[in-house]
Amino acid sequence: MTEVWIVGASMTRFGRFPDLDLMDLASDAALSALRDADAAMADIGVLTMGNVYEAGSNNGQRLQKQIGQTGVPVYNVVNACATGATAVRVAMLSLLAGEAEMGLAVGVEQMGKMGLIGNAAQSHGSRAGGKPAKKEFAPKGRYGAVVKTEGVLGTGLMPGVFAQAGTEYALAHGITAEQFAKVAQKNHAHSTLNPLAQYRKEFSLEEILGADVISYPNTLPMCCPTGDGAAALVLVTGEKLRTLDPDVRRRAIKISASVLTSDPWVDGGQVQPDVNTLTRNAADAAYEAAGIGPEDLDLVELHDCFATAELLHYDNLRLCEPGGAGDFIDSGKPWRDGSTPVNVSGGLLSKGHPIGATGVANLYEVATHLRGEAGDRQVPDARVGLTHVIGLASACAVHILEAPAAR
Amino acid sequence: MAPALPAVDYLVLEGTPHLVAWFCAQCGASYFDRRNACARCSGAEFERRPLGTEGVVRAFTIVHRAAPGLPAPYTSVVVELDGGGRVKANLLGVTDPAAVTAQLKVRLVTFVAGTDDDGTEAIAFAFEPIGGAA
Ligand SMILES: [Zn+2]
Repeated sequence: MTEVWIVGASMTRFGRFPDLDLMDLASDAALSALRDADAAMADIGVLTMGNVYEAGSNNGQRLQKQIGQTGVPVYNVVNACATGATAVRVAMLSLLAGEAEMGLAVGVEQMGKMGLIGNAAQSHGSRAGGKPAKKEFAPKGRYGAVVKTEGVLGTGLMPGVFAQAGTEYALAHGITAEQFAKVAQKNHAHSTLNPLAQYRKEFSLEEILGADVISYPNTLPMCCPTGDGAAALVLVTGEKLRTLDPDVRRRAIKISASVLTSDPWVDGGQVQPDVNTLTRNAADAAYEAAGIGPEDLDLVELHDCFATAELLHYDNLRLCEPGGAGDFIDSGKPWRDGSTPVNVSGGLLSKGHPIGATGVANLYEVATHLRGEAGDRQVPDARVGLTHVIGLASACAVHILEAPAAR
Repeated sequence: MAPALPAVDYLVLEGTPHLVAWFCAQCGASYFDRRNACARCSGAEFERRPLGTEGVVRAFTIVHRAAPGLPAPYTSVVVELDGGGRVKANLLGVTDPAAVTAQLKVRLVTFVAGTDDDGTEAIAFAFEPIGGAA
């Protein structure tokens, strides 16, 4: 049975880099990961590239032109917020299929300061340039809409969708606004230990609860920022690993499970995205594949795009009793010094969320802890970790990583 | 009276305004949009039936940072309709989170969402708490 191992990992700092372009960020991460693996582009048999906003530009091939055009297969991957994790998985599948022995997976995004609402709301029926067309109602699209429905028939924008996912859990299980805010308090506190985080500022619970409301219960510090960044991994097969330098082997991290799911049909899923079922399905499959349970995890990096989302995923990833996510945050267990540290990196809320890079960066973070190289934020004696990303609509990737028992 | 059109084609204005959905003839799953096949069972036979006009709130948010051009704050809810079916819409007259409790009962209402250059009104739907704003 072929195994896949991580032998190189890197990420750029996340932030806003208006003076760099996508290839600067991708090259930085890719070359650093190769150096970390003591490898070169000439050793790489497959390249996968995750990116969302410039996905039509063949970024994998553009990257090769910057750092090494060796003629190997390139896969350009796009899969919402799970894009980076999917790129890792595609590289892994290529190795498992025997197409290559060593692969490079890169995730990169340059979002700049586009704001939470993004470009989601285009005006209905307006025309670019010239004189305005006559406004005449006519049914359009699959719902026969005659007006723009965002905000008229509820909200479908991300802050509102994840807020409603949170309040559905809150109405069922008695979660308070303060418990949601505690998630942001924890992740912002963690971020002060991470030099690669976009924001490194602590907030008190009072500051978080009193900040501008974006979409209740999420206030501004409970929503992830937009930003730029890249991350990269070098993967090898188990057979290849045995031929590598002892210093590379000593730091190698095993990918014990890699699972990708999409939304199964659920009642009501057509009107409100279901962020839970596909996550539960991915987690269960990953635990089974790795032969471990949630109680074995030394750390978790999960998709806290909004504070409400992190709380739900405690339950979805089985880190707490069903319905017990509020008690779980109150107990302090997901803090760095707790029993199941979650988002020690600062999470998306403060580390940042360049969409295409996020999934790769989560694997970077966990691998760095399992190597014992996470500096000030190191989770002591970490041996097993889980990464999770979810994108609408809809993809969820869960990976379980393990440090080998003996080096 | 000004001519009026439903804002979406799954809102029926005649008589007591109500929603209609496409129900899969094979498995009973319901959809508001024009379908190619059923997302649950892949069946391709559908029939259109009316939905209930009352229900309970399953999820909500109070949007303060709205898309450009929209008044804020407003409250968005997911309602589970009596007799089955879920729908997303605004909850009128409520912007206090403490007013939205588990199993809050609501009823469907309509409002004018816009007027075109011919004076035709677009009529949309929303919900309001039964017994007035809490
Ligand atoms: Zn069906």
